[in-house]
Amino acid sequence: MKTENQKAWFFVLPVLLLVAFNALIPMMTVVNYSVQETFGDNVFFWQGLDWFQQILRSDRFHAALGRQFMFTFLILIIEIPLGIAIALSMPRKGFWVPVCLVLMALPMLIPWNVVGAMWNIFTLPDIGLLGYVLNHVLGINYDMTQDPVAAWITIVTMDVWHWTSLVVLLSYAGLVSIPDAYYQAAKIDGASNWAVFRFIQLPKMKTVLTIAILLRFMDSFNIYTEPFVLTGGGPGNSTTLLSIDLVKIALGQFDLGPAAAMSLIYFAITLLVSWLFYTVMTKDDQN
Amino acid sequence: MQKRTIIPIVYILFLMLPIYWLVAMSFKTTNEILSGFSLFPQTFTLENYATIFTDPSWYWGYINSIIYVSINTVISVAVALPAAYAFSRYRFLGDKQLFFWLLTNRMAPAAVFALPFFQLYSAVGLFDTHLAVALAHCLFNIPLAVWILEGFMGGVPKELDETAYVDGYSFPRFFVTIFIPSIKAGVGVAAFFCFMFSWVELLLAKTLTAVAAKPIAATMTKTASSAGYELGLLAAAGTLTIIPGAIVIYFVRNYIAKGFAMGRV
Repeated sequence: MKTENQKAWFFVLPVLLLVAFNALIPMMTVVNYSVQETFGDNVFFWQGLDWFQQILRSDRFHAALGRQFMFTFLILIIEIPLGIAIALSMPRKGFWVPVCLVLMALPMLIPWNVVGAMWNIFTLPDIGLLGYVLNHVLGINYDMTQDPVAAWITIVTMDVWHWTSLVVLLSYAGLVSIPDAYYQAAKIDGASNWAVFRFIQLPKMKTVLTIAILLRFMDSFNIYTEPFVLTGGGPGNSTTLLSIDLVKIALGQFDLGPAAAMSLIYFAITLLVSWLFYTVMTKDDQN
Repeated sequence: MQKRTIIPIVYILFLMLPIYWLVAMSFKTTNEILSGFSLFPQTFTLENYATIFTDPSWYWGYINSIIYVSINTVISVAVALPAAYAFSRYRFLGDKQLFFWLLTNRMAPAAVFALPFFQLYSAVGLFDTHLAVALAHCLFNIPLAVWILEGFMGGVPKELDETAYVDGYSFPRFFVTIFIPSIKAGVGVAAFFCFMFSWVELLLAKTLTAVAAKPIAATMTKTASSAGYELGLLAAAGTLTIIPGAIVIYFVRNYIAKGFAMGRV
């Protein structure tokens, strides 16, 4: 097993310094802003916890938080089962495996604002492929700049397009690590497809699925660039997710105090939910 | 078996459609795009690409992005290697807490850090340099690299280390000439993920640069707003941003799936 060695700290030191430089100093700046009020010119007044109370009671924050949870919930409920289903139906070996993997990973390697811009031109009602087909071929009235439901369907579809492959790759990695003998044993026992999935494949995918769910939670909860480029938070405020609202307050209105307090609350929620997910999903391993 | 293969095919088609549309649009003139719908470019043109390759304010965007992404990948993997070794081989005071704290940095929304990052990097005189963006991206790439590498190193038996010491290898020589080559795949996967997340990130990259190190993604947003809506040009620039990622993924295609399977993460 692992040996006790305090000198190992020297190996970790460069990582510690670099990450601390990037994480602690900006975090202290945010904490500093969150308890003060400023009217510019670098003059600050002590504000205590007023901003936190104000944010926690504001309807605007509740609405944005509600939209954020709704978005993340939809993402997880669609992408995780879909990703598993696709991974299960992929070929296990042969020429097509690398082809599939490369094509599937492609959307993840496109800069996030390009993803937004790409879906924007894809869905334009009269000249975008999707927008044109929906409006002029299928006769469905679709315009996401007017209709909040269409805007929601579009940002969720965009994210499914962008990130389902991550779940596929992770699940697939778990699946290929299952030895053939397991399947042969199941065949001899006359196990149904469902039984094979439930008792062989799912347990083997558990660790990678934990990573997939955690990563998808964190990243969809913190999403900013893609929906901002695609809808700008509109129509109205219907797709203004938490981070979009945060940037509006911080850089748009330059209300540094409330924005900083909101950042800290936001970060705390992300940490708390990630920790909950992690604890629940790894509970069985402890016993 | 035949029925099953439909699912990946349909999924890949779904993935390719928006990409096709972007590529098709990049070969159209802006006039043709705005005048109406056409499935294929009617007047095939390379003008959009010509503009990008002849205008320094465009092509420098790509060079800047590639420079800071490369610096970031090298720094992240280089410092993550010894750290991951420490986490995988030794117990030390606060190791579990430190590991978790590293991972929490992936959870911080970039939007939270944008303004403080600007102030920090202005204060240390690195604003608008490639190094600033490369260092800032370390925030989320180092934890990820440590996470991935630690998983790979866990798969290497400890006997390898012990045999090397018995044979009289010093630690640095063992680490560089024996240990790192034995986790080549892991280094490849970690480098791939660092490249990927640094390449696609825009918010911090845009916040930390003005002119000299401006990334291509930021060039695109500015041009789109100042010169009206030059869709053809935007599509060509977007298409070109896919290529570096596609090249990198081609090289690591065989390791991607394995990379996750080996990590116990």
